[in-house]
Amino acid sequence: MIQVSGLHKTYRSRGHDVRAVDGVDLHVREGEIYGVLGQSGAGKSTLLRCVNLLERPDSGTVEVDGVELTALPGRGLRAARHRLCMIHQHFALLSSRTAAGNVAFPLEVTGVPRAERHRRVAELLDLVGLTDRAGAYPAQLSGGQKQRVGIARALAAGPKVLLSDEATSALDPDTTRSILDLLLDLNRRLGLTILLITHEMDVVKTICQSAAVMRDGRFTEAGALTDLLREPGSELARGLFPLAAAQARDGESLLDVTVSGDSADEPLLSALARTLDIDVRLLDGGVQSLAATRAGRLRIGVTGDPAPAAAFLRDRGALVAS
Amino acid sequence: MSWSEVAELLGQGLQETAWMVGVSALLTAVGGLLLGILLVLTARGGLLSAPVVNSVLGLIVNIGRSLPFIILLVAVIPFTRAVVGTTIGTTAAIVPLTIGAIPFYARIVESALREVPGDVIAAAVAMGATRRQIVGKVLLREARPGLLAGLTITVIALVGYSAMAGVVGGGGLGDIAIRYGYQRFETEVMVATVVVLVVFVQLIQTLGDLAVRRLAHR
Repeated sequence: MIQVSGLHKTYRSRGHDVRAVDGVDLHVREGEIYGVLGQSGAGKSTLLRCVNLLERPDSGTVEVDGVELTALPGRGLRAARHRLCMIHQHFALLSSRTAAGNVAFPLEVTGVPRAERHRRVAELLDLVGLTDRAGAYPAQLSGGQKQRVGIARALAAGPKVLLSDEATSALDPDTTRSILDLLLDLNRRLGLTILLITHEMDVVKTICQSAAVMRDGRFTEAGALTDLLREPGSELARGLFPLAAAQARDGESLLDVTVSGDSADEPLLSALARTLDIDVRLLDGGVQSLAATRAGRLRIGVTGDPAPAAAFLRDRGALVAS
Repeated sequence: MSWSEVAELLGQGLQETAWMVGVSALLTAVGGLLLGILLVLTARGGLLSAPVVNSVLGLIVNIGRSLPFIILLVAVIPFTRAVVGTTIGTTAAIVPLTIGAIPFYARIVESALREVPGDVIAAAVAMGATRRQIVGKVLLREARPGLLAGLTITVIALVGYSAMAGVVGGGGLGDIAIRYGYQRFETEVMVATVVVLVVFVQLIQTLGDLAVRRLAHR
C-alpha cells in the first residue's frame, strides 16, 4: 500500500546540513499497522511528512496505493492526498470550529454538498464515539476527545491510509490505550492501513503487526514483528522484552530464550527439565500478547552442559542466545 | 464661551472625528489585511514563498511606519488631491490617515496570522486544501480574535493621529483641543474635549473586547 524507496531528505540548519532521512526503504502492506520506532531527532517525523509530501524528499520515490506521489504536480498531488490522511501529536484542530465543524473541514475542501456533509459528519462522530460532543469547541474537549475528533476528521475524505504522527504522545496511559484500541478497531473494520511513528515501545507492542527501528535517519531493522523477534540481536526484541542482568550460580549457565507464535504457548521449560533431567531456574522475563502474535523473552539458568538445553529449545522453535 | 456653545462645538468635533476615523479604519482594515496576508504568504517557507518580494514589502511597511505622521500628512498632499480632489477638509484627512495606519495594521495582521500553529496549516495542506482555502478557512478564520483585537488598537491609534488632521483642516476633537485649549488657553474647553475623547476611546475598546470574546473559543 505504501512503497518508499531510497528516500533522502537533508535540511540546512544554522549552516549545517542535517541528514534527517538518509536512505530509507519502507514497505507497508495493505491493511497492516506499521510502526516506526525511534528517539526524537531520529528523522521519523520527516519520514512521515515525506510520505504525504508535506516535505518534498531530495531523492527517492513515494508510492501510495499504486500512485507515485513524488511524480505528481500540485493539482494531482492535492487530489491524491485525499486517499491519505494524518493525525497529529497536538491534534492540529481548528480552534474556531466545533468538533463537527472540524470533521466537516476536509469535506468542504473537496466540495461535498451541505446535506451530504451533515450526514457524513454525524456518521464519523458516531464512529469515534463523540456524538454528544458535536457542538463543543476543541478548548472544551479533553486530550483524548480532541484526538478522536482528529481521527474522525482524518477519516472524512475516505482515505485508505492513515499516517499517525506521535498521536498518543501527549495523552495519559489510559487515554493512549483507548485511542490505540480505536485505531486497531478502525484498522479491522475499515481495512485501514496505518503507518505510525512513535517513541513509545508500548504502542508498537499493542497494535503493530510490523515495525522498524529508526536511528540517525536510517532503519536499523525493519519487518514483521514475528520475524524481528526471531532475529538474533534484534533491538526491538530487546526493547519489547527487556531482561535484567542476572548472576549464574556455580555449575549453572544462563540462556536467553525468545519465544513467539506457537512456541510461546508451549510448556517449554517443564519439558526441558523433564527431558534432559536438569534444573531450570527462571531469572527474568515474561510472555505477552502482542497485536500480531504472542511472544516473550526469558532468561533462564540451566544446570550442566548448556548446549543440549539450547538445542532442545531451538528444536521447538525458540531463539536461544547465551 | 457658554456651555451650549461648547457642547455644539464638541458635537461637531465628535462627528468629524467619527467620520475620519470610521472611514479610514474601514479602508485600513481592508488594506492592512491584504498587505499582512501578503507578508505572511511571501515569507521564506510560506505558502507563496518569495523572499525578495517579502523584503520589498517589509521595507515599504517599515518606511511607512518610520515617518512621523505630521510629515506624512503634508507629504501625501499631491496624492490626496489626485484621490479626493481637494487637499483640505475632513475627507482629505482620511487619505493620510489611511496611508499612515495601513502599515501599522499590516504588521499586526502579520503577527496575528503567524500565531496560527504550523501543524494546523500542515494538516490543512495534508487534507488537500488549496492556498485560497487555507488563507480563508484556516489562517483568517483562526486568527479572527487577534485580527479584531489588533483592529481595535489600530482604530484607537487612528483617533490619536486624527488630532493632527487639523493641519489640513480636518477638524475633529483633537483639533479642538489643540486650537482652543493649547493655542487659546481655554482650559475648560480642552478638558471637556479630552473627556469626550476618553469616553470615545473607552467605547471603542469595550466594543472591540466584546467582539473578540465572542469570537475566541479558548
